Amino acid sequence: MPNKTFFWFFLPTGLAMILFIGLPIISTGIQSFYAQHDQIVKEVKKCDPFGCTVSIVVDNEETSKIREAKPLGKFNGFGTYTDRNHLAVDEIKKFWNETESINAFIDQVTNLPFYKALIFTLTYCLFVTPNVLLLGFIIALSLNAVARKIRGPLIFGTILPMIVTPLVGSLVLFWMIDSQGIIGANIQNLMNDPYLSLKSSKTLTWITIIIYGIWHHSPFAFVVFYAALQTVPQEPVEAAIIDGASRFQRIKHIVLPHIYPVVTFVALISLMDNFRVFEPIIGFSAEGSAQSLSWLIYDNLVNEEVILFGSAAATSIMTIVGIAILLAPVLIRTWKEFRIAR
Amino acid sequence: MRKILVTLLFLFFGTSAFADCNIKSGSINILANDFPALRTFVETSKQCKGSADFKVTHSSEHNKIAVPALTANPSEFSARIAANSSIVPLMNQDLIRPLDDLVKKYGKGIQDSQLITIDGKVMAVAFMANTQHLYYREDILKDMGIAVPKTYEEVVAASEKIRASGKMQHPYAAAYKAGWNLAEEFVNMFIGHGGEFFKSGSAEPNINNAKGVATLNMLKKLSELSNPDYLTHDSEAIKVEWESGNVALMTLWASRSGTLLDDEGDPNITEATKLAGPATVGGGNIPAATLWWDGFTLAKNRSDADADATFRALAHAASNKKMVADAADQAVWLVEGFVPGPKSIGVIEAVKMKAKPYPMLPQMGLMHGALGSEIVEFLQGKESAEQALKDVEAAYISKAKEQGFL
Repeated sequence: MPNKTFFWFFLPTGLAMILFIGLPIISTGIQSFYAQHDQIVKEVKKCDPFGCTVSIVVDNEETSKIREAKPLGKFNGFGTYTDRNHLAVDEIKKFWNETESINAFIDQVTNLPFYKALIFTLTYCLFVTPNVLLLGFIIALSLNAVARKIRGPLIFGTILPMIVTPLVGSLVLFWMIDSQGIIGANIQNLMNDPYLSLKSSKTLTWITIIIYGIWHHSPFAFVVFYAALQTVPQEPVEAAIIDGASRFQRIKHIVLPHIYPVVTFVALISLMDNFRVFEPIIGFSAEGSAQSLSWLIYDNLVNEEVILFGSAAATSIMTIVGIAILLAPVLIRTWKEFRIAR
Repeated sequence: MRKILVTLLFLFFGTSAFADCNIKSGSINILANDFPALRTFVETSKQCKGSADFKVTHSSEHNKIAVPALTANPSEFSARIAANSSIVPLMNQDLIRPLDDLVKKYGKGIQDSQLITIDGKVMAVAFMANTQHLYYREDILKDMGIAVPKTYEEVVAASEKIRASGKMQHPYAAAYKAGWNLAEEFVNMFIGHGGEFFKSGSAEPNINNAKGVATLNMLKKLSELSNPDYLTHDSEAIKVEWESGNVALMTLWASRSGTLLDDEGDPNITEATKLAGPATVGGGNIPAATLWWDGFTLAKNRSDADADATFRALAHAASNKKMVADAADQAVWLVEGFVPGPKSIGVIEAVKMKAKPYPMLPQMGLMHGALGSEIVEFLQGKESAEQALKDVEAAYISKAKEQGFL
């Protein structure tokens, strides 16, 4: 396609992307550098049906004057990024100087909310992404091998986990693993421990969420791989059969190299998706044991009666940076291949 | 039968009660939490809407909508039914209007005790009270020869006895769901120990002390006597546990007593379900519970005509003797003419025992939020009480700095 045609072809999409993705990200970025003005409080008498007390309220007259002068808030630079609820630079320095062993240091650091969330998010990505790729590929291969007649219903059945709303899917599993649910109660019987609870143990909660994640994301990988498998040329495969190649060898030397770009694509997309893991935490009420970066943003925005815009914005920006870092190796590789191909 | 009665009541209502308010214009739009008493209250106010436009949104997610919806100008809602804690963000952002003029003009039936005044200005009109208190299974306690517990130490002893007898594995329940609910239990227990959340006159946290540690240890003891899934149980979940007969002692909201004692569910359990006042803890005199009021506030960013119409409709309900008589078992009404029934024992006892109201401080929401996530690891046995309290204070301080309180 000539560059000029491409430009006009891309223009509407590009504009929409700038408007609905670019600008909000810039605005989030700006917001993350600001904190609220110092609150001006005053002591007043408060009376309610249970009696009167003297306590403090925000002085609205004074506050509104400051707000009008500087509506964005107080410039805070990287203050929000480095505070204890985010990168916790000072705390980490302190832990490093105070703790004696590496283990104690790691214990202290993983107790900080941001690092706690980061570790869960990375663990989730690390386990879910490869398993999704593997499972999706195996399902696609097997389905590609079954008779055409039953393939339709089978495909439908396979993509069901993706059709089910994430929240509903996780709720169903949530009830099943309840200590009185079908899975939870049976595990208790099996282990002979009436106090065993999948939901209260951190490790078991993580495992549950990861299994749920694999279950939910595999169909996506499967659909893409299945489509890619349809494009594998038959001649080399037949030639390989004649040469006496086993099924495994055919997959390794012909199928996989052929669909390799698609594998990269699926890996990219599921890495991005998994890094933003959120719904299962809500669905499983797992806030206590598992927090992800996206959950931190949600928590800052809605869980408290005071909305922390600066905190939420800072975590958002760091999530974007995190995704960029994760994707960098794959992107660089794709770019190199693209250069060679040209 | 109940449904017929309710319908009849509404039919009856429909023909009466129109006379006293004569609203000609304006539009009324109310945001409220979703539980039976509030539905009754809003329904009652609707009866006198006259020719005004009337809309209502009942949502358990009301806290998330309120601030953005009232910040808009004109705001989406003309009134918000708030409580001790949820009025604070509205006050912080200056989103609600003083009601003095309206009370003077239209608030004849409202009692002075219903008025929430801040700095001499009426900011809300309360109409019901709420608290968390003990529920117990009379049959089980009698069988075991246990007296009704008055302190949390007795609750622990009773629960241990029931567990030892093999009758129930997890005899105690309270809403310990990580987040708001768990933090609320901490607030109750900390106040029961006589704790103050902030150093006097400042926003500096003050929970990392002996009282905080005692609070956490008591919460942990109770959690060990609860269903192992306690960190995922909210009020609704423990209500279900209770109705399945798995629990003998429970701390729950007074406003939920109606649904526990209704005709649904096992009649034997319902009959044996009894209410008691909130328990004290650690030898203290005041109960380990907080008093709450529910009341209405009016949005600042709305026209005077709308405020007028909304106030008159809501004031009609907030002074309605008939409503409090008909719905006496739905709530502890603060409205004149309310005769407390057996379902209001919890709140009445709490008031008698001089329970403290939930702290109405601008920075309390941040403390509540920090508690909800930082004490979980202590309950799971992963860190010490001191470390958990240190974490709460540190998390709170960061947030309070960002919000400009420190």
